[in-house]
Amino acid sequence: MMSKAMSQGDRIIQMGLCCPALIICGVFVWLLFDVVSQGISGLSWQFLTQLPADAGRAGGIVSIIVSTFIVLIIALLVALPIGLGTAIWLAEFADEDQTGMAVAVWVRRSLQLLAGVPSIVVGLFGYAVFCQLLGLGYSLLAGGLTLGCMILPLLIGSLEAGLRAVPCTYRINAVALGLSKFSVIRRILLPQAAPALLAGLILSIGRALAETAALLFTSGYVTRMPESVYDSGRVLSVHVFDLAMNVPGGDKNAYATALVLLLGLLLINSVLKKVVNIWAAREN
Amino acid sequence: MYRHKVDIKFVGLLRLLVMLAACIVLLIFGFLLTEAWPFLFSEHGGQLFTDAVWHPTTGQYNLVPVILGTLYTTIGAVSVAVPFALATAIFCQFYAPRWFGRLYTSVMEVLAGIPSVVYGFWGLVVLVPLVASWQGSGASLLTGILVLSLMILPTGTLLAIAALKQVPSEWIQGSYALGLSRWATIKNIALPASGHGMLNALLLQSTRAIGETMAVLMVCGNSTLFPFGLFEPVRTLSANIALEMAYAMEMHRAALYSSALVLMVMVFILLFLNQFQNRLESTANGKS
Amino acid sequence: MSRAFSLFLVVITLVLVGCNQRGADTERLLLTGSSTMAPLLTELAIAFENQRGQTRIDVQTGGSSRGITDVRRGLVDIGMVSRSLNDKEDDLQAHLIAQDGIGLILNTANPVVSLTDQQIVNIYTGAADNWQLFGGANEPITVVSKAEGRSTLDLFLAYFKLPVADLRAHIIIGDNEQGIKAVAGNAKAIGYVSIGAAEYSIRAGLPIKLIPVNGVQASTDSVSSGLFPLSRPLNLVTRVEAKPGQVSSTTAADFIRFAQSDKARALILRQYFVPPQG
Repeated sequence: MMSKAMSQGDRIIQMGLCCPALIICGVFVWLLFDVVSQGISGLSWQFLTQLPADAGRAGGIVSIIVSTFIVLIIALLVALPIGLGTAIWLAEFADEDQTGMAVAVWVRRSLQLLAGVPSIVVGLFGYAVFCQLLGLGYSLLAGGLTLGCMILPLLIGSLEAGLRAVPCTYRINAVALGLSKFSVIRRILLPQAAPALLAGLILSIGRALAETAALLFTSGYVTRMPESVYDSGRVLSVHVFDLAMNVPGGDKNAYATALVLLLGLLLINSVLKKVVNIWAAREN
Repeated sequence: MYRHKVDIKFVGLLRLLVMLAACIVLLIFGFLLTEAWPFLFSEHGGQLFTDAVWHPTTGQYNLVPVILGTLYTTIGAVSVAVPFALATAIFCQFYAPRWFGRLYTSVMEVLAGIPSVVYGFWGLVVLVPLVASWQGSGASLLTGILVLSLMILPTGTLLAIAALKQVPSEWIQGSYALGLSRWATIKNIALPASGHGMLNALLLQSTRAIGETMAVLMVCGNSTLFPFGLFEPVRTLSANIALEMAYAMEMHRAALYSSALVLMVMVFILLFLNQFQNRLESTANGKS
Repeated sequence: MSRAFSLFLVVITLVLVGCNQRGADTERLLLTGSSTMAPLLTELAIAFENQRGQTRIDVQTGGSSRGITDVRRGLVDIGMVSRSLNDKEDDLQAHLIAQDGIGLILNTANPVVSLTDQQIVNIYTGAADNWQLFGGANEPITVVSKAEGRSTLDLFLAYFKLPVADLRAHIIIGDNEQGIKAVAGNAKAIGYVSIGAAEYSIRAGLPIKLIPVNGVQASTDSVSSGLFPLSRPLNLVTRVEAKPGQVSSTTAADFIRFAQSDKARALILRQYFVPPQG
């Protein structure tokens, strides 16, 4: 974080802390090596551009990539405004008075409770509410809405942490200049916190892409190319799950699909980081 | 109380969004309650704790072994993951070269996106045989704890790093300027200052561990007999739902929804414990 | 920034609106139910669509009980149920499309080649807990069984006349593949899974083997000849007021007929299930 000459004791502690980091790296390298080595042989241009065939054993995953993308966009469209709004309120407004603090306690509690609901229960809930009550049926829209509910706790948690990380002096100075809180947040806090907010966003995207059970019940199982957001479409993680657990001989494509998922996340990760760097640099 | 008109509207909008976010869990709770109602508020309700075993198809619904299984796996996974996450976060933030910290963060961000099925799959194919060659059948509490802790590590580490970053850099610089060593700075300034964020991260990850389904289902063995040792199979509440919901009818189905309610109550208790501990801490701080 | 944001909103709205144009003259059919049957029905649906055109069949999973509930509520046209219907379900009608045999599997490292029914009962009740008793190594037996409510378990229990409370399993699994991987990774394990899936895995080189039940070799052939004692039906289910031929929607009736026709046989075999006799 900051450069400072290390003392003898610090060197020993550095060594001590290095070990767990290396152990974790080792285990994950092991896991990643497994996924990559088993998945790489199935990966090809055809795999990315063809429709699945023979229950997913043959063919590609293009329709599944498209469905995943649409579900993810819908989930973020739902979760981002709610999440950002809630995080701003929790970080900037909740501490202003007694009622706000009391409400914030309950809001936090409800979000933590939401984080603990098993994904399969969220899936059944999403099925009951979005698919049946709102009449959306098995659809990408229902899946996106369910997923949006699911990633809210993580999104809000990390967005709030990002906002709180901005030093207080910024706020005090801005208020002293007579700016409205709205413009302080928009012009100063959000650009300042942008990298941290982005980290939270990426974390949520990761969580969303990893989600299986909630989507199996809402966005569904259909491997066809979706024609509208009201169509059912299978997402990558559901495809991995089905190939690994339900289709004899699906292992190879399951690994290849998992690999595509990881590469996609890596891509989203780096593109978003570039975009935010440029944006933050301009705002500042 | 706001001097600017725009702020009044802005706060109004924010409050609306907060309400929305907070209401979701209420809706889920209501949904579970209506589904579990026929079981919970009939003569069956008490059976969750008094029956001999969990054999829903023969009308026996003892959930205690499953509740214990959930507790053991969650506590185990969190106590394995926390030291690792904390140590690596401190290492990345204070001891490692900058490039390493950045690389490590990116790697963790990608790992956080691995579907739990893949963790479960890997656990089933690699870890279970490994443990089985050592002792027992392999599908056990131990394997579950290992896979689960591995699953919550990436997000946990990232949240811990975020919490450490939250500490104003002036404080750290000031401490260095006073001649404190790095370790003293971490121990006396960085960790206490990031305590709130750390605790939040811990809670978020324990609730994640409690609710995790697929990976646990694949490596834990899922036996509903009382869990006795590290090498014995256990079943968690979420695995119970995922395993049996597909074929459950009528009372069995309502019993499974009841077990989801039990799970939510457990998370709620966890949150209250945390609240209680916070209050203890603040009164202790107040006295000193 | 605000301009960029409004542009973003406009684009998203356009995309959503643009996405919202579905073919109006396409007929739609929805199937839900058994996860075991879903891959097979997905393939049958594609073949049916190609043959007929102007039809779209969506297949969703969720388990046999989901299939039954959805058909009863009239939410779907056809349910997929991987077991026989019971007495309480006489408001529904089953259309058999395939059979699925259930075979016992061991790891190939296990020298045991056959077990009598009584020995299997002893193993699954915990009365016998070491492979030495059956001529194997001096190793404890890892018993793999299915989760309660699953039709595979019901069938297994019914054949061996075991009450569910007597089962002593070390590993309880959900889907077939999990059972196959559990036995492939553990030389001490015994489990029971779909024969088709097991045969595929054996051909793919996984270290598992099927053992005979009551002297009958476990294979898709013996299931199809009706000799093998442990098999379950894979059914398409509709409401009873709709007799075959006069199912509420004619498309649904056509699809069921297609799934029972000779054209479907090859597809059923390709998904490692057994087409019904006759």
